[in-house]
Amino acid sequence: MSANTVTQRHYAIDFMKWRGTAVVASLALSVIAIGSLTIKGLNFAVDFTGGTVIEAGYQHPADLNAIRSDLEAAGFSNPTVQNFGTTKDVLIRLAPLKRGEKGMEMRTQVMDALNKNVEDRPDIKRVEFVGPQVGDDLVEGSLIALLASTVFILIYVAWRFEYRFALGAILATLHDITVIVGLFSVFQLDFDLTVLAAVLTIMGYSLNDTIVVFDRVRENFRKIRRADTLEIINQSINETLSRTLMTSFLTFLTAMAMAIWGGEVLRNFGIALVIGIFVGTYSSIYVATALAYKLGVSRADLLVPEKEGAEDGRP
Amino acid sequence: MRNHFPLWKNSLISLILVLAAVYALPNFFGEDPSVQLSPLRGALLDQNLVATAEKSLTAVGLTPKAVELSDKRLLIRFEDTDAQLKASDTLGATFEGRYTVALNLAPATPDWLRRIGAGPMYLGLDLRGGVHFMMQVDMDAAIKQAEERYAEDIRTLLRDSKIHYGSVDRNNHVIQIKFQDANTLGQAESTLKREVRGLVFDEDGTTLNGRMSDTEAREIRRLAVAQNVTTLRNRVNELGVAEPVIQQQGDDRIVVQLPGVQDTARAKEILGATATLEFRMVDADHPTPTDETKTPIGSKLYKDRQGRPVLLQRKIIVTGDQIIDASSGLEQQSGSAAVFITLNGPGARKMADTTKENINKSMAVVYIENKNETKEVGGKKVTTKRTVEEVINIATIRDRFSKRFQISGLDGTDEARNLSLLLRSGALAAPVDIVEERTVGPSLGKENIAQGVRSFEIGFLLVALVVLFYYKVFGIVANITLLFNVALILAILSAMQATLTLPGIAGITLTVGMAVDANVLIYERIKEEIRNGASPQGAIYAGFDRAFATIWDSHVTNLIAAVMLFGIGSGPVKGFAVTLTIGIITSLFTAVSCTRMMVNFIYGQKRAAKLWI
Repeated sequence: MSANTVTQRHYAIDFMKWRGTAVVASLALSVIAIGSLTIKGLNFAVDFTGGTVIEAGYQHPADLNAIRSDLEAAGFSNPTVQNFGTTKDVLIRLAPLKRGEKGMEMRTQVMDALNKNVEDRPDIKRVEFVGPQVGDDLVEGSLIALLASTVFILIYVAWRFEYRFALGAILATLHDITVIVGLFSVFQLDFDLTVLAAVLTIMGYSLNDTIVVFDRVRENFRKIRRADTLEIINQSINETLSRTLMTSFLTFLTAMAMAIWGGEVLRNFGIALVIGIFVGTYSSIYVATALAYKLGVSRADLLVPEKEGAEDGRP
Repeated sequence: MRNHFPLWKNSLISLILVLAAVYALPNFFGEDPSVQLSPLRGALLDQNLVATAEKSLTAVGLTPKAVELSDKRLLIRFEDTDAQLKASDTLGATFEGRYTVALNLAPATPDWLRRIGAGPMYLGLDLRGGVHFMMQVDMDAAIKQAEERYAEDIRTLLRDSKIHYGSVDRNNHVIQIKFQDANTLGQAESTLKREVRGLVFDEDGTTLNGRMSDTEAREIRRLAVAQNVTTLRNRVNELGVAEPVIQQQGDDRIVVQLPGVQDTARAKEILGATATLEFRMVDADHPTPTDETKTPIGSKLYKDRQGRPVLLQRKIIVTGDQIIDASSGLEQQSGSAAVFITLNGPGARKMADTTKENINKSMAVVYIENKNETKEVGGKKVTTKRTVEEVINIATIRDRFSKRFQISGLDGTDEARNLSLLLRSGALAAPVDIVEERTVGPSLGKENIAQGVRSFEIGFLLVALVVLFYYKVFGIVANITLLFNVALILAILSAMQATLTLPGIAGITLTVGMAVDANVLIYERIKEEIRNGASPQGAIYAGFDRAFATIWDSHVTNLIAAVMLFGIGSGPVKGFAVTLTIGIITSLFTAVSCTRMMVNFIYGQKRAAKLWI
């Protein structure tokens, strides 16, 4: 292949040379992710499982064991009671209700149990109670949203480019999602609604990156008549590299700001984005293009003169 | 000159940017602690009220910052929360029963901005503190109630038409009516088909099976939610909350948001109370017994509001869910206070039958409320479930009546108003349960705002610095564009009266990172063109031109993912989806218009300028 004839190259880095390694790396990452998801599963937050989270602030360092036994005495099995930030702040998690139990009564019982300690009655900062039905509905809605966006993006990319590009783009995106969700499983980070929002955002973001590379591939196919496919892909990645890195770095900065300074609610959201930006940048360089190449994309597929084709004559 | 926008284009872009800046402005003025008065039934909002309110405030030494009268409320602003709380107590005592007095944080938007319709975004509960409830309407119960009503109607109808039937039973959503022979069945079928709408009948031997039609079942479900929403709204008014949100979500859920409410126990008690009404005949045939053991069969002992015993017949004439409307007013002839009631069809029929036979006898209205009550007993909070049944009114039947009638002889307009309120908001059509609750304390809300805003500021600053350092003059252009992009997002959100949540702030922060991408795409392209030997003007032109297709594609794919987020959205994620979607659209606009305009302005007139990029 012409990739070996160094003198003819119009690019600095031969990305496609490493595509074999990349495939192995991506496969390994995906296997780890799926393995962890099957064995460990995700640490779903109340948003999905249903249940109750209470953030309470005491005046004095809280006696976690006493709170736990008070709750158990009130009939809640296995309550999780932890410190949250300081020794005075406590985070309580209760198992989801069984079907048929009333949310209204449960709340009253919890409050009674917490108010048992007369000297130091807690200041309730936050209560999140999610009924089991609501959690189920959310899981269903999320899966539909993921599926729908996959399908729509597939259609759009196939229409704007070519179906092989669309497949490459979508597989790269699914790869990103698998890796992010997998990492949340490996480290058992809380997977809540905002993290899911981050995952969908990454989907759009990673595609964005991929599209930029594809755009250039298409342009180069039309412009450079004599190079072979691999060379065109390599050149296109190189040409868009500075943009890809710059944008990823800038988005990384904002995601990082959220992970560090955004407080409890935005932390996991920020972390998911940070992971997603790294994986997304890598996958749009390697996974998407390598897949499109493997699927046999060639100049002939893109030469149909479209609107953009007319611009080639301009300086 | 190729890098030159026509005047109209420049003017239009500038106009949009100026408007964006102006309409984003109200979000930076903060809020005034205020007290708002909303009238209860019949109370007036006029200058008299303003005068009375001001007088009672002056009496306790309070001077309001501003007093604003609108057609919905009277808003009184104060300098600080101490004055606000004191004023709320004073006004609460002065206007008790006539106006609801609620604490509010009114946006301190200056007059000139308000005059052009500019206002700030609402803050979501996660930012201002408050309670969010999601309630689920028990549809099975609603359907069951409806079926019971149908069964009762069928019994009455067959009795009145002198058609003999064996039994009317409800079994697995089928109303089974048994007859002795096919002849009576045929007779009954034609009568029922004529009179009972909403049921579909079919024969099975000598049994007639009635099923609710799909449209009827749908209608009952719809009504069950609608009626609950109305009832909840009335009860929330009782709580005195400024700007509550009560809306239907999905088929069978209702979301109630009470900003600023901290006492969730009380809120739940009031929202969760289920109440029903029953009209029953007074049992005048027996003497009123002193205790329940001596109650005759077929009657039940009740107490009225003063605690006096009243003996009523067990048979219910009409229940509260058959009341369509109730209002208070003055009786035309005597001029005394009265309550006017309208019943639905079946209710009217039953009422007509009962009253026809009972002229000059007494009829009672029983109010039944299921409450959870929390009390402090010896330093402990104890919650008990309690059913309160009381006779709220006894009136003599003067004449036969059906659909519309009035209850007169009340103790005055106040009692008439209270009774009509009870009658209207009394009956929840179907029981509801809270399936989701999110409570955020006010301190946590403040913390959330601070953290959200800080992460935005830091993120923005970092991006701005890197862009400035890397792209120099073009970096300044990109940063101004980014600022305008944020202003445009804020302006659109404010104009939409959208609610800003913490994930919403995250959406804006993230948009900064993504919006800058459009600029990066253009600038990298320009650099490339220069490397390929293009003239500065040619490079600028080609850079914008060629980058556009890429910008368009990448924005559209991003947009698809953002729009899909709406699908999973409960409140906060929707907020994120909204800001992200708007951000993607505005960034598409600013990148191709605003950036281009500024670049044209700086470099467009110079033939061979060196580009600082």
